[in-house]
Amino acid sequence: MERVITANWHVEQAYTLSVYQQHGGFKSLKKVFGMERGAVVPELIKSNLRGRGGAGFPVGAKWSFLPKGTDVPKYLVVNADEGEPGTFKDRFIMERDPHRLMEGCIIAGFTLGLKAAYIYVRGELVLATRRMEAAIAELYATGLLGKNILGSGLDFDIYVHRGAGAYICGEETALIESLEGKTGQPRLKPPFPAVVGVFGCPTVVNNVESIACVPLVIERGAEWWSAQGSEKNGGPKIVQVSGKVKRPGTYEVPNGISLRDVVFSDLYGGGPLDGRTIRGVIPGGTSCPVLRADQLDVKHDFDALKEKPFETMAGTSGVIVMDDTVCVVRIAARIARFYHHESCGQCTPCREGMGWVSKILDRIEAGGAKRAEVDQLLDIVNNIRGNTICPFGDAVGMSIGAYLRQFPEEFIAHVEQGRCTYPAW
Amino acid sequence: MFNPNATDIDGPILFSPENEKELDTLLQRYPYKRAALLPVLYMAQAQFGWLSPGVMAYVAQRLELPEGKVLQVASFYTMFDKKPAGRHKIEVCTSVPCCMMGGFAVVRHISEQLGIGVGETTADGRVTLLEAECLAGCGYAPLLQVNGEFHENLTPERIDALLATLR
Ligand SMILES: Cc1cc2nc3c(=O)[nH]c(=O)nc-3n(C[C@H](O)[C@H](O)[C@H](O)COP(=O)(O)O)c2cc1C
Ligand code: SF4
Ligand code: FES
Repeated sequence: MERVITANWHVEQAYTLSVYQQHGGFKSLKKVFGMERGAVVPELIKSNLRGRGGAGFPVGAKWSFLPKGTDVPKYLVVNADEGEPGTFKDRFIMERDPHRLMEGCIIAGFTLGLKAAYIYVRGELVLATRRMEAAIAELYATGLLGKNILGSGLDFDIYVHRGAGAYICGEETALIESLEGKTGQPRLKPPFPAVVGVFGCPTVVNNVESIACVPLVIERGAEWWSAQGSEKNGGPKIVQVSGKVKRPGTYEVPNGISLRDVVFSDLYGGGPLDGRTIRGVIPGGTSCPVLRADQLDVKHDFDALKEKPFETMAGTSGVIVMDDTVCVVRIAARIARFYHHESCGQCTPCREGMGWVSKILDRIEAGGAKRAEVDQLLDIVNNIRGNTICPFGDAVGMSIGAYLRQFPEEFIAHVEQGRCTYPAW
Repeated sequence: MFNPNATDIDGPILFSPENEKELDTLLQRYPYKRAALLPVLYMAQAQFGWLSPGVMAYVAQRLELPEGKVLQVASFYTMFDKKPAGRHKIEVCTSVPCCMMGGFAVVRHISEQLGIGVGETTADGRVTLLEAECLAGCGYAPLLQVNGEFHENLTPERIDALLATLR
């Protein structure tokens, strides 16, 4: 397939302005400067570009919610906190093609009348941060950022703000709190960031890949973009394949490609390692419910994966593959430990519940639990779901619950045999 | 000399002239001072080595914040060192999916080579060993990060070669 989003990833020094421009960079911005300000959002809506940070909210619709013509400053916040286990795409956009992200930010600035963009980058991503800072410096030096950009009348700044190691800051309201210099604790919604966002001002929060796609939608046109994907899931996207496959890595695919192709095709995951069989697949990062190997004939997009009998999510398109050497109970226990550690602690069901879930799962995995505890586990998990401030609690409930639902025999076997029969890690 | 039990840093706590300039730049990025807390804590950590009580009090004073707020924020985020750390911080990813690809074996190997456990620092202050959650490189597992650089598809030989370069 033609590389569109990742076209520059293998171009030498595409992270510099001159190489980016040699490959068509900033043409879309110039095109937008020649368009009616109001024409960009309808184009995005028509393109069916969906947010790539996990929830798949339509980008054009989100932009349209921002109040128009107020006197208070408005902001774009780019979510570059990439931390969902199984996800490794935004880092490459920032390291190899940072100007595309910047171009998307400036287009948003012009279209929505924004004062500035803050890119909230995960603290661990040092090279990504350096590349973005260098890109921004080049843009100021050439008049593509700052006052009256290319004579368009637009004054716009971009700042990089480093996170400092807290998964929950990927949640958009926690991220906003963190950007304001506070602990990253999610806010109750409403009000939504479009109304009260960073510094109390209207704010659009979008993922790195979402914003990097904006110049491409402008370049190719909404019709082309929407034709690349499945219904209501426009454009190509980046899937990331990890775990027990022959060809782990990042691949650009049409939205709505079958999950089986992502895992088995020689163009992508390449199937199981020699002599092994696949047992389970997580379709979009560890907070998405796991599927069994017999459930892979489904479109990988935001809508099809939600339907029965799959009841999972496309999430960040981080596809994690487990084979028959992997103990799924141990995977669930490891994910529970992650959640317990990363809970921000505001809501009792999440803070306390995750501690219990993690302890019980460790005990089941080690073979020291009773049958009744397996049922109790499902009970606790179901009580976290729907009773918390942020979607973290729901994600916990859905993802841990799915291991119990999809692989009940594995849990029972651990309990009945009093041990785990899989090789140690 | 590396002292893992130090209670504060030695010497006066004042930003260097370069960092004073950097502070001015940082403050212009945000509509109010408090929002600069994370970048200023990073800057302080880089200059003083770790965020001692004295350093946090100094940051609080410079940003006109209560000391308790600075402590609360510094404690919430794992990348701020509230005690002295080694010159090189090795972070090994042990999240799902790295853990199925040998992430814990990497931790054990380094732990044996250096004679320290997770969260500990070698006696000479050379290396601190840490486990990390997903570092956004899952397709190249097992992997670690040291001094902001990724080392991917690790084998025992590659780990040993890397350890030998950390002085
Ligand atoms: C616990 C949690 C963690 C999240 N982590 C991230 C993240 O690391 N990166 C990201 O872009 N979105 C993350 N999100 C989703 C954001 O809250 C938000 O929906 C997204 O940034 C919106 O951008 P989009 O519409 O372009 O996808 C997370 C959500 C939750 C609940
Ligand atoms: S659900 Fe968990 S992470 Fe989200 S606000 Fe509540 S305690 Fe914090
Ligand atoms: S799980 Fe290790 S880098 Fe993602």
